[in-house]
Amino acid sequence: MKEQVKILCITCPKGCSLEVTRDGETIVEVKSGCKRGHEYAERELTDPRRMVASTVRVKHGPHPLLPVYTAAPFPKGKINLLMQALREIEVTPPITMGMVVVENALDSGIDILASRDMKRIG
Amino acid sequence: MLKDKYDVIVIGAGPGGLAAAIAAKRQGAEDVLIIERDQELGGILQQCIHNGFGLEVFKQDLPGPAYAQRYINEALSVGVETLLDTMVLDITPRRRIFASGARSGFVDLKARAIVLSMGCRERTRAQIRIPGMRPAGIFTAGTAQRWVNVEGFMPGKQFVVLGSGDIGMIMARRLTLEGARVEGVLEVMPFLTGLTRNYVQCLMDFDIPLHLSHTIKRVIGKNRVEAVEAVQVDEKWTPIPGTEVVMPCDTLLLSVGLIPENELSRKAGVQIDPITGGPFVDDRFETNVPGIFAAGNVVHVYDLVDWVSEAGRQAGVSAARFASIERRKEDTHVPIKPGENVRYVVPQTIDRESLAEGNVRLQLRVRQPIESSVWVEVRNNGNLVTRKGELYARPGEIITLEIPMKAYDEVQLADELTIAIVKR
Repeated sequence: MKEQVKILCITCPKGCSLEVTRDGETIVEVKSGCKRGHEYAERELTDPRRMVASTVRVKHGPHPLLPVYTAAPFPKGKINLLMQALREIEVTPPITMGMVVVENALDSGIDILASRDMKRIG
Repeated sequence: MLKDKYDVIVIGAGPGGLAAAIAAKRQGAEDVLIIERDQELGGILQQCIHNGFGLEVFKQDLPGPAYAQRYINEALSVGVETLLDTMVLDITPRRRIFASGARSGFVDLKARAIVLSMGCRERTRAQIRIPGMRPAGIFTAGTAQRWVNVEGFMPGKQFVVLGSGDIGMIMARRLTLEGARVEGVLEVMPFLTGLTRNYVQCLMDFDIPLHLSHTIKRVIGKNRVEAVEAVQVDEKWTPIPGTEVVMPCDTLLLSVGLIPENELSRKAGVQIDPITGGPFVDDRFETNVPGIFAAGNVVHVYDLVDWVSEAGRQAGVSAARFASIERRKEDTHVPIKPGENVRYVVPQTIDRESLAEGNVRLQLRVRQPIESSVWVEVRNNGNLVTRKGELYARPGEIITLEIPMKAYDEVQLADELTIAIVKR
């Protein structure tokens, strides 16, 4: 059975409203938006994911926290588990931007990366 | 080591300032200094740990600190100098900068060109006049963002956010991820004021209610916020009686707009547009004060950082061009300084090329009377350029002396000439 769904695209700051026609799991048509928007709509209806940015503890840094982010959009349903896992992490500088802080987080195949450089202090 | 004078001095090391400094250096400015009040470069991007930056400039979805890091690395690699932990106190229209910091002490610098990139500040409770008690627990969203993302503590457990701007929505998500409860986001306008993508990924994803056409009627709580009374408003923002709802919370976050920060600009004589709250600028981002440029949120509040960087780049290029013209002017002119027993001399500076056309006349007054014959001497760092004898020197009588055309070569070499009265 064909069904109409409206999805707000979050791929870029434009925030297009996508009109999606689907038949069960199959996307039949996506009106409005660009190519990336179509890919987003497909994933949003089957395997929704989000970029996650958070912090981990730092020992001997200029700040008590290091900002980190997922190298790719992370499965939405596992974000809370990821937050719990990140609370257990502590890193010691020197750190450079892009350094892997957690490899293959929760077996998702996605690494958690440092968002910035950080020097060791003390 | 700090110099006395720089080609370009940039005030503020956020995205606008970093892009300006890099562009100025790349455009050929010899020395570029960024003065920053924080301990590190990057500005507010360092606390904006969420993604969504750099889609225009880098075609990549980066967190704020990573976007900043790219510019920081580039600035340092092209040789931009930095003065951190230092607050600029005053700027004069002649481009003199006074600053103070724990590491640098009091500094007095000159710039051939200045780029103002102080960014903006958040509106506070005082600027939107929320009635009710005045307990602890009312913060701007950006302050809470700094605490949660950089300094590592939570300002509360149960939140209400006033304002549907991007920072407010992003903080609602961030606080939820860190274990707090966000009761809702209130927006006085009948529409969302931030980006749609933030409504989806910050509010919808976490089932945080958005109440449009709503504001806060009063804050409840004596020592600490205990609740806020929300009320629906009509199109004129007038509260509609009977729609009040008490929302329990221990913290109220305000995300109610940003104002360009121009206290220093005003001191420098920069004219401010009452609509934007930022300086009037031309297409090169020059203000009404020659040699003072402005770029980024200090001019008007942008929605994307990529445009702040682009504005900074343009201002930096313009500032470097202005500085190189200033430098050329300085090279064509030699200052004449009053030396021993000279109170002043006019002109204070001479164009080196004037001596190709004829003698240059100097007029001076002495400090102390000398009732015996004297030499009036012009020297270039010890070398005599010219001199003239006088029978006496009296403060009441102007002494006239000409630098002859034949001193042309000597004057070309001089950085500075001094004029003095000495006894014969």
